[in-house]
Amino acid sequence: MTKQTKTMNLNFGPQHPAAHGVLRLILELDGEIVEKIDPHIGLLHRGTEKLIEHKTYIQAIPYFDRLDYVAPMNQEHAYALAIEKLLKIEVPIRGQYIRVLFCEIGRILSHLLNITTQALDVGALTPSLWGFEERETLMTFYERVSGSRLHANYFRPGGVHKDLPRGLSEDILEFCKNFPKVLDNLETLLTDNRIFKQRNVNIGIVTKQEALEHSFSGVMLRGSGVSWDLRKSQPYECYNDFNFKIPIGLNGDCYDRYLCRMEEMRISNEIIKECIKRMPPGPVKSIDGKFTPPKKKDLKNSMEALIHHFKLFSEGFRVPEGEIYTSVEAPKGEFGVYLISDGSNKPYKCKIRAPGFSHLQAMDYLLKGHMLADVPAVLGSLDIVFGEVDR
Amino acid sequence: MKITVNDLERAVNSGLTTSIKKSEINLEQLFIDVDIENLSSVILFLKTNEKCKFKQLIDITAVDYPKYEKRFKVIYLFLSHENNLRIIVNVSINESTLVPSLTKIFPSANWMEREVFDMYGISFKDHPDLRRILTDYGFEGHPLRKDFPLTGHTEVRYSEDKKKVVSEPVKLDQEYRDFDFESPWEGTKYISEENNKLKDKNK
Repeated sequence: MTKQTKTMNLNFGPQHPAAHGVLRLILELDGEIVEKIDPHIGLLHRGTEKLIEHKTYIQAIPYFDRLDYVAPMNQEHAYALAIEKLLKIEVPIRGQYIRVLFCEIGRILSHLLNITTQALDVGALTPSLWGFEERETLMTFYERVSGSRLHANYFRPGGVHKDLPRGLSEDILEFCKNFPKVLDNLETLLTDNRIFKQRNVNIGIVTKQEALEHSFSGVMLRGSGVSWDLRKSQPYECYNDFNFKIPIGLNGDCYDRYLCRMEEMRISNEIIKECIKRMPPGPVKSIDGKFTPPKKKDLKNSMEALIHHFKLFSEGFRVPEGEIYTSVEAPKGEFGVYLISDGSNKPYKCKIRAPGFSHLQAMDYLLKGHMLADVPAVLGSLDIVFGEVDR
Repeated sequence: MKITVNDLERAVNSGLTTSIKKSEINLEQLFIDVDIENLSSVILFLKTNEKCKFKQLIDITAVDYPKYEKRFKVIYLFLSHENNLRIIVNVSINESTLVPSLTKIFPSANWMEREVFDMYGISFKDHPDLRRILTDYGFEGHPLRKDFPLTGHTEVRYSEDKKKVVSEPVKLDQEYRDFDFESPWEGTKYISEENNKLKDKNK
């Protein structure tokens, strides 16, 4: 006589503390073994791409903060680069350094959140308390430079909005000095922790080949042993000036991805230090008045500046016709913007390529045959933020 | 040896000859235009050919040009890690054309095609699971089409009477304001229109 087994359907989310936002998973379970996963996304869909088509190029920047809201400036970066390429304008070298500086801060912000919440998902509470303290410090740096902790709206086509306020670089350097110690402390809690390893080692293994086929990027790709980092392989901005290593994993499991992120934070920390040390003086945004607003004090004296100011904040600038795909190495992977301009002051189309979208798609393949308890562990290591997945 | 975009264009043109309609390098990116019949074979070639090796599908998207007869342009973005190159494949189609699905060649095409279907209403042939992905359950219309209004057609709210969320036609207290930034000094549209009206009256 054969034993009849019945699969059970389970709804995971949309309101679930380990769902990292609003994810609904429909799990088909055989006992505790996952047979099939059908992720339902779009619960945070705000129609960003449609909204951008109705805004001028500058007005669209804040939408990028709201995609991956854990590392907002990295997103703005891809969009700013796309416009700059279409306009063929150069960013002054100081502007480039400031951008790199804040992109790397964004990387640390994102990885800190990811590692600590992943630990939280598998049962460790302390890392998140320690990690969030550091995130708070980093977010004050965001606040000091842009005026807001999260939705910065700081990068502009042609540079950045404003120069660093006095004393900020010293404070960031001070932070960088202490940060490796914080990471060491975090590692004492996790890296050799028996429970953490039991929950992560050999869970959610991705091979090199599969990582490519599933359009993985960022840590998901590097964790599987593919040495690929857009900062290195297709350098944008001034990443060419920096010498850094790319950590890669061996087994492609959740634990390797954790180790990669840990190492990347240390490397980012070094890049930040290097960046501040080498930061040259000079303008922070393009001096072409057609694309960047003039200085406040010029408005009182120069008719030209006044006209530029008025035109920029009413009509905005026009971008020559063309199509461009630009991508940056965001903390979560390759974040790309496909921008089509029809020569007017608004984008004709702006497609946002979010890394999390393809990572989440692979949930079914990653978890088939795993236990139910592995679902949050794998989900944590995918580094999903719904702002960017749902757009 | 490092392969440049120009080398790639040559390799693609000699390898695919008549299967591609046009190839163009713009802003250091290679764009190729393909007919819908050749799409699968071209993409298979790009994935497997020694000189191309585009083993990763980055994204699939579409653009809506309501004025053209072939209304949609479907765009495929590929990346080759080995050669450190990108390529962009374009296909122009009608509203009713079925696009062959790439899910057999690239498993990650699944959700990307679902998204294009959801946003533009383009259907894919042999897709295993063509459902809406980003919009709400029971949503109607395709939001990224140019003729879809920014405010949408329906809005949802919680109805105290029915004790559930209900969907109703959008009611706007104020019309959506679309500012025309055309400078009156550059585009003489306003003045000439006024003049024409005056002329018509005088006649």
